[in-house]
This record gives sequence, structure tokens and C-alpha cells, in this order.
Amino acid sequence: MSGTNDSFDPKQVSALAPESLEAARDEATSAFAGATTLDALTALKPAHLGDRSPVLLARREIGSLPPQAKADAGKRVNEARLAVQSAYDERHAVLLTERDERVLGEEAVDVTLPTARHARGSRHPLTQTSERIADVFVAMGWEVAEGPEVESEWFNFDALNFLPDHPARTMQDTFHVQPPGAKQVLRTHTSPVQIRTLLERDLPVYVVCPGRTFRTDELDATHTPVFHQIEGLAVDKGLTMAHLKGTLDAFARAMFGPDSRIRMRPSYFPFTEPSAEPDVWFPQKKGGAGWVEWGGCGMVDPNVLRACGVDPDVYSGFAFGMGLERTLMFRNGLPDMRDMVEGDVRFTSAFAVEP
Amino acid sequence: MRVPVSWLTEHVGLTEHVSADDLAEALIRVGFEVEDVAQLEAVPGPLVVGRVLEIEELTEFKKPIRFCRVDVGARGSDPDRPQGIVCGATNFAVGDLVVAALPGTTLPGDFAIAARKTYGRVSDGMLCALDELGLGEDHSGILVLPADTAEPGTDAAPLLGLAEGDAEAVLDIAVNPDRGYALSIRGMGRELANAHDAPFGDPASIDQGVPGSGAAGYPVTVDPASGCRRFVARRVTGLDPTAPTPWWMTRRLLLAGIRPISLAVDVTNYVMLELGQPMHAYDAARITGDVVVRRARADEKITTLDDVSRALDPDDVAVCDDSGPIGLAGVMGGASTEVTATTSDVLLEAATWDPASVARTARRHKLPSEAARRFERAVDPAVARAATDRAAALLAHHGRATVDGGVTDVGAFPEGTEPPTPPITMALDLPDRVAGVTYPRGASVRRLVQVGCGVDVGGDGVTVVPPTWRPDLTRPADLVEEVLRLEGYDAIPSVLPVFAGGTGLTMAQRRRRQVSHTLADAGFQEVLPSPFMAPGVLDAFGLDDDDPRRSAVRLANPLDADRSLMATTLLPGLLDAVVRNVSRGLRDLALFHVGQVARPTGEPADAPVVATDSRPSDAEIAALLEALPAQPLRVGAVLTGAWEPKGWWGEGRPATWADAVQAARTVAAVYGATPTVSNDRHAPWHPGRCAALHVDGVLVGHAGELHPKVLEALGLPPRTCAMELELDRLPVHEVLARPEVSAFPPVLLDVALVVAQDVPTAAIEAALVEGGGELIEDVRLFDVYSGAQVGEGRRSLAFALRLRAPDRTLTLEEAGAARDAAIALAGERHGATLRA
Repeated sequence: MSGTNDSFDPKQVSALAPESLEAARDEATSAFAGATTLDALTALKPAHLGDRSPVLLARREIGSLPPQAKADAGKRVNEARLAVQSAYDERHAVLLTERDERVLGEEAVDVTLPTARHARGSRHPLTQTSERIADVFVAMGWEVAEGPEVESEWFNFDALNFLPDHPARTMQDTFHVQPPGAKQVLRTHTSPVQIRTLLERDLPVYVVCPGRTFRTDELDATHTPVFHQIEGLAVDKGLTMAHLKGTLDAFARAMFGPDSRIRMRPSYFPFTEPSAEPDVWFPQKKGGAGWVEWGGCGMVDPNVLRACGVDPDVYSGFAFGMGLERTLMFRNGLPDMRDMVEGDVRFTSAFAVEP
Repeated sequence: MRVPVSWLTEHVGLTEHVSADDLAEALIRVGFEVEDVAQLEAVPGPLVVGRVLEIEELTEFKKPIRFCRVDVGARGSDPDRPQGIVCGATNFAVGDLVVAALPGTTLPGDFAIAARKTYGRVSDGMLCALDELGLGEDHSGILVLPADTAEPGTDAAPLLGLAEGDAEAVLDIAVNPDRGYALSIRGMGRELANAHDAPFGDPASIDQGVPGSGAAGYPVTVDPASGCRRFVARRVTGLDPTAPTPWWMTRRLLLAGIRPISLAVDVTNYVMLELGQPMHAYDAARITGDVVVRRARADEKITTLDDVSRALDPDDVAVCDDSGPIGLAGVMGGASTEVTATTSDVLLEAATWDPASVARTARRHKLPSEAARRFERAVDPAVARAATDRAAALLAHHGRATVDGGVTDVGAFPEGTEPPTPPITMALDLPDRVAGVTYPRGASVRRLVQVGCGVDVGGDGVTVVPPTWRPDLTRPADLVEEVLRLEGYDAIPSVLPVFAGGTGLTMAQRRRRQVSHTLADAGFQEVLPSPFMAPGVLDAFGLDDDDPRRSAVRLANPLDADRSLMATTLLPGLLDAVVRNVSRGLRDLALFHVGQVARPTGEPADAPVVATDSRPSDAEIAALLEALPAQPLRVGAVLTGAWEPKGWWGEGRPATWADAVQAARTVAAVYGATPTVSNDRHAPWHPGRCAALHVDGVLVGHAGELHPKVLEALGLPPRTCAMELELDRLPVHEVLARPEVSAFPPVLLDVALVVAQDVPTAAIEAALVEGGGELIEDVRLFDVYSGAQVGEGRRSLAFALRLRAPDRTLTLEEAGAARDAAIALAGERHGATLRA
């Protein structure tokens, strides 16, 4: 670099001439504007903003100017450089946006394509209904009791006050197990679980007993030899039929909505006295709200309590039982019970997974 | 029981007309299920009684056709000539009374009658059969009314109960088995009266005006072993065998669904319906010698009225004469002494049999007769005499018979010897306490009196003597039900009991629910297959003869003789469901079922006799429970077709043994258990693709691909896979073991081991874990290689080891030592060598 030349006229340095800087700036701006891709723009960058670009070369010359000229020349060079940089940045932003839009457009897919790479599972509506009912009672402080399906006649009949040869025994068409002397049956109801519960647990007892039950009915639209029941049993001091009604009313509301309720008709079951058949008010009934027959209930017969070692003069109890298939049929408007047992996956999958 | 309303209300003092629907409502309210209210259709127009004057047989047609001249009084079309009516029936003769629907009549079903030309004649009306009048199903001939029923020209509609505005209705009422008395007009009428708080007149109390029992009756001996409580017999002689049953009686029987037969038989049926006492009429002339009531002998036979010859059982009770059994007590009479068209000497029987004995006989001979239905529900022992008198009086009146003065009344408790019904003492407020209601003062006593009880109030209690027709009333609880039902269940308020002692679902119940949720989340569909198993399926499974799964609970009365066993495994039911789905075109399936299986270990012994009047002893309870088969809860799953379907994304993936094993691992994981998996050979699985799963050393089940021969035999798709686990064998921990979570850095090391092809991966993994000791945090297989580099019959297993110490940063030396120890144990146990 040459030494200070006080008499040197900056205008004599051509690179720093305002015209030269303007020309370089205009050339760069127009080149950048003409770039149509990010790559082309990047390729233009060294020529206009690189170390050997006219504007940066011009800046090097500032040092050789006399001090009074330096400030003015520096200002002009800086302005030119910022203008070029700004032209670059603007163009870059435009091209980047264009590219992004193009890429996203190219990446577009048909979102209506099928997406299920794996089949969805589901739980049987009877299981879901059974659990739903159990939960209603568990929420009221009850517990869930269970028992076996091949059952001793003593639990299924004798202890439930079914006398031998009484027509009540034949009311429930029973599957008997070989050999006859063993006196075992496929349980005809979940009531034997009531007996087991009273024998096993301390009083008071508030339990629901869901389970699979059996009667010798041929399979048709409204009967199946293998079906499901849920029963409830409460044994405590001072329980009355009003408590039975209150419990069933609460149950009905939980299952069928706040407008639902129960009415009772006198009936007969060997294990309850008095006995009743509840009708439930079903607001969504086909053809208009109405009463639907819904199982059986009553005050636990003193003979049943006695067979379980419970003193009927101290304790009283109530019990009720409903068929789950029937409940499901009217609650969900299912016309044919066979669908529940055949295992067609189209049936089950319609019920998804109730939490 | 079907009853015409006019009969039902005959003894009830209703003060105003009550519609059939309202009567039904009232009966439902007090505990009788009215299954149907059949309102008969009124017949408007000139439906009249006619007398057949002439019959002209028209023979030129394919079937017999009659042109009749019928006297219809002043109701005919032509005052100078009897009505001409064409009729296709032949069951009537000149002089018979018939029902003629004259032009302008509209029969049920909107069948308008008009004069019309038919078979070459003008038919000016129609002679009616029962079904055309809506009185029954019978169309075997026209209705012929007994002579003297009415004059020709009389309006027939009122006579038939078909008058406009007053047509009969018939209730079909279901009677519960504890209420035998209600299978009668007497019993149901009382219920109706009680439901309406109306007075009731007991038809059994009406004096029939027959001679008293002055003389000895027909000789009858009752063997006490027969269990016959009472046997009342009365003879009626000089019966006109041609005397018809009066129309009013015929009509009531028809509407009750009982076929009219002859006066003697109709009368016994009528009295049974009226008073609830089943009766039998013997042709006395055909009885040889004295009558004996006893248990049958093993070799005895009887031909019953339905013409079926039946071998008797020593438990059957038979009514016998010198020839042997002439009646099956309480169930059906015998053919040899049946009343015939010439019978003029009738022996009427009204007996009280042992309910259980009749029930057994009716079941044994599959004879659910009207009589048996009543006897097995208990018949009022006090009504036998009133019933015989009523029947005798009806035969005397309508059959011009003479009632014999003698009455037989024998058995354990003839009239006047019945032991008094034991009184029941009940606290006066017991009904209130059971119902949770404060009933009006006196309500309980009033209701008990209404049902026929004798009631004696003293202090806070009542002493109640139930009526003879209510053997079901033996305890205070029974009386409470009477009060509550008659006061109405609607009077009982709704009170939710407050109980807060529950502890929610048990851990086992919650885990079981989660099994179902987990499998559903994994893509399985829950099904609930039948537990009835065909023995043949176990053969198809290829089970050994002594396989414990062949030891199944056998049903004595299966619905389908081929499926007589209770399932010992869930697989047959699940595979049935696969077959059904595949047959419906659904081929990609993943199904599961959670259910009990029954696994008896042998034939159960005879059950002990355990009383029910108090809690059984612990030993008795144990004996009952131990006799039952083990019934563990299991989960089964089957997979077939694509596990991931083919699609635009690619080829998809078929379900394989690995998916079945993974399903089993997933279920075990719900219990916090990591099963040990080992190769096993266990039918019906593929011997080379069957995994046994153990948890804490206990076998919990199997998983893998099913044997191709099994699949072929059962018509299942190739490569179908399955798993079955016994949930009851998975440990239920209330609290799972505390995890060790070290915050110190791990050392990650990979080792590749070369082993013989048949050494299971799990065995090497177990050796690495054991050999490496407690510094081994995790071992994961990440590659399996077999090929030339490792040699024939060998493979390389590459494991990633994660080592970590709980209390310090592990040094590479420590980690290397643990790795070397792990490799050493794998080498020692399984000949594993480090891959070069």
C-alpha cells in the first residue's frame, strides 16, 4: 500500500467514484433480481458480495485516501454494500418462500387413502354391559362376587329354597351333569353366588354377581341356552322393600337416564318372599317411552338366610337379577340374540371399546 | 289358564261394569301375569237359532253338499217358507238346533253374510261352525246346540256371548307355582274380588242339594304308602248316555280351551275349572271289584286315556281294581274304565294326592295334564267333597241321573279328620317393617281375612290360621307378601340404602378387565362362544388318550347330543367362531375370549345330603365344593389371515406364531409378569412352533401356530395361530416389586455368540443374565445370523447388553468382567462361543 498522499483527490480513484459505486450496486441488484432459483442466487453472491466484488474492492481503496476524503468515501461504499446485501436478502427471502411452497405442494398426498394398517379390536357388548352395571354398583359401595358355572344343586336349588319335586325346579329347564348322583348342574342363574357370598363373607353384604348361566332353551332370536345374568344381593339390618325399590330406581337411572324408574309387580321366586317382577320405564323404547319387563327381585326368603346361617330375625335382605342379553336387546335395539353368540366380528366391532 | 270373564266374575260382587282390560290390570297388580286379553268379536245382524226341518243331499258335487230347510221363526226371508241354506257340513240331522247367520249378519273377520247362489241353489244365509263364530278353532262341523237350548228364531248372539256391547272376553292368566288354588274360578275369583275390594261368594260353599252321606260308598282301600291324603268317591246311576252337555257349560269349556267330550267328562272338567279339584269319571260298570289305591308294581302297565300303554314305576301311584291299574293317580285315567257313549253308571273320584309324587309321575311319563298341573301345585284337600257333590248334582240335573246316597271318603285324612292347620304368629307391624311403609291401621288384618285366613289379634301380634287352599302360607314372611301385594307394591316408596363399606373391584377383577382391554387395544375382537364341546374335536386336536383335556364334565341332557361336554379348553369355541367368520367371507381374524373351563379330575362322588334349615358344617361345605370340577378362568386367542393387511403401503404381513406368543406375553404383562418362553410340543399346536409360557416356574399356557393336520381336520385356514393362558395361574400382586432406577451412566456392550441351531435364544439370554450378575440391567437380542461364516448347523445371536451399577459409575473393566462372566456361563451351559 502506498503512503499518505495529502494532495490526492479521491475522485481520481475510479473505484470510489460515485458513478462506479452506483453502477456496481445497480448491476448487483439487477443480477440478484434476475436469479430465478436459490442456487442461481447463491452462485451470483461471490461476484457481488464476495471479497472480490466491486463494492468490497472499492472499500479497500478507502485507506489510500486523504483523511478528509475517507469519511465521505466510506459512507458511500457502505451505502452501496448495504443496498447490494439488502437486494440479495430480499431476493433470497422471495426465492425461499417460493421453494418452500413448491416443496410443500409437491409433498401433498391424498389424505383419503385408507390408513388402517392394523385392525381395530373391540370388546363384546355383553362384557361391556356387565362391567357397566357392576361399576354402577361399585360406585354405590357394593362389591363384585363370582362363582363357578358347573355348580352343586345344593347351591343352585336347595339353599335357594327350591324344594325337591317342586314345579319351581322344572320352571328353570336345567342342564344336569353326569353322574346324576353327584347332583351337579350348569347353574341356571347366578343366584348360587348369593349363597356362596353369604357363607363366605361377613355381614353386611352388598354384592353384585355377574356371570354366564345355562338353561335348556334352543337357540333362537329371543332365547339362548347360554346366557348372562347379573344379580344383586344386599343383606343388612333393617333393609326393606323400599330399599330394594330405591336401589333398582338408581340402577334404572344409571342405565337408561334420569327419567327412568322402576315399578314392581307381585310375582313368585322360591328364594324371595315377597317377590316381584320389576318393569323399567324405558324412555327410548321403540314406538314411544314405556315399561319393559326387567328381571326379578324380592326380599330374601328367610329360609335362604337360614340355610346360610344368617338369623332372619336380625338381618333382612333383598335380591334382584336381570338377563344381560335382554337388557342389551332393548337398550341397544338389537332384534336377534343369535348375533351375540355367533361371534361374527362385524357384530362385536360395532361396539368398540367402552372405557 | 284361560277363563271367560263372565265366568270369572260370576261369584264376585262387582257393583259396576269393569272392562276386561281393567280386570286384567287388577289381577296383574295382585300378582297374576295376564298374558292375553282376548276380546271376542261381537256379531251384529240376524244371527239366530234355527231348527233343521229338511235335508236334501246334493250328490252331483265332488264333496257332500246339503240344501237345508231351517226354521228360523219369524226371522226368515219368506214368512211362508223355512229358510233355504246350503251347507257343506254333515254332522247334523233333521230336528237339530243350529246357529244360522241370516243375510245382514257380519261374522268375525268382517265376513258379511248375504243371500247368494251356490251349488245350483239360493243359500239364504249360513249355518255356522265354532271357528266362524270366533269361539274356537273347531271346523270339523257346524255347531249343534243341545235340544231345548232356545226356540227357533231366538237371537243367538247373547246365547253365544257375542252380543254387541256385551261380547265375552277371555283372559289368559299365568299362575305361579306357589298358587295352585288360583288355577280355578274359585281361587282367581277371590283374587279378583280382593283386588277390587269386592265381596266374594265361595262356589264351594253352595249347597248342591244332593243326598248326604248316609250310606256306605263305593268300596275303596287306600294304602298309606300311596301318600294319598284323601279319596272321595260318589256313584251316579241311571245317567242318560245320550244327554248332551248344556250349551252354557260347553261354551265355557270351549273358551277355557277344553274340548267338550261327553256330559260325564265335561262335568268333571267343568268342576275342575270351577273349584280347582281335578276329578275323574269311571264307568262303574267296567270296574271289577273293589278299588285300591297303592304304589304301582314294577311290572305293571296301564293304557291311559290318550291310548298310550305305559310301564309303571314303583314310585307311581295307581288307582287299581281287580284287573290292575285303572288310573295313574292325579295324572290321567285308564282306558279300560273310560266313560263311553253307553255309560250310565258313573263313579266320580275327587282325591287329594301328594304334590311331589304327582310331579314325579307327570315328569316320568311326560304327561303334563291339567290335573297334574293342579295337583303338583297342591289342591285344597277340603274341597273334594264339595266337588263330588257339585259334579253329581250337575249329572243329575243334566243327565237325568240318580245320585247314590253313599259317599266314599277315605285316605289319610277323610273329612273331619284333617289335622288343624298350624297357626302362624306374626308381629302386627311385620308387614310395615318388611315393606318400609306405615300401613293404615287394620290393613294387615283386613288383607289376611280377604285371602281366607282366620285372624286373631292379641297385643302386638296376630295369630293367623291360613285357609285349607293355601298350603303355601306357613311363615310370617308368607303372610307379609299377602299384605304387601294386596295393599299394592305401588305404595312402597323408593329409598336408596346407604352403604359405604365396599373396597371396589379386587385387583384380580381389575387385572382381568385389563386383559380384555389390552387385547382389544392390540386388535383382537372379543367373542363369547358356546362352552359345549364335541368329543370329536379333541380327536381332531390329536390329544393323547390320557390327555387331561379329555376328562370333561359330561351333560346328562345336552341340547345337541354331539356336543355333550363342557369345554376343557377355550380353543374349540374360538375355532368354531373362526370357521363361522371365514364362511361369511371374513378371513383376517384376531379373536379372543375370556371364560371359565371345567377341568374335573375324575367322576364326582354322590353328593352328600346337606340340610337347609341351618348353615351347613364347614365339612359339608367343603364336601360340596370339592366335588365340583376345577373351573379356572382362561383367556384364549386365535389369529388367521393378515395381521397387517396388504394395501397401498405395501404387502402387509400374515399373522404368525410370533403374534400369538406376543399376545400371550402382552396378557402376562398386564399382571406385571414376564413369562419364560420355551419350545414345547403340545397338541393342537405345531410341534416345531409351540411355545410354553411359565411364570415363576408355573406353566401358564401355550402359544404358537396350530398343527397343519388339526387345521385341515377342522376346516381352518392354513397357518392359523392361537394362544391360551390360564389367568388364575398368573400371580396377582397388590403391589409390584420396587424398581431400581440408577442415575449412574450405563455401559453398553454388544456380544455375538455362535451356538448350535437348536439352542433356544431364551436359554442363551437367561445364561447371559445369570452369568452377568446384578450389573446386567438389560439384554436384548438384535440380530440372528446363520450362514457359511458361522458354520453348518450353527447360528450367531447378537445381543446388546446394558450394564449399570446402582451406586457408582461403572468402569469399563468391571463391565468387561461381567460381560465375560455372562459369555462364560453361556459357553458352559450351551457351548456358545464368541463370534470371531
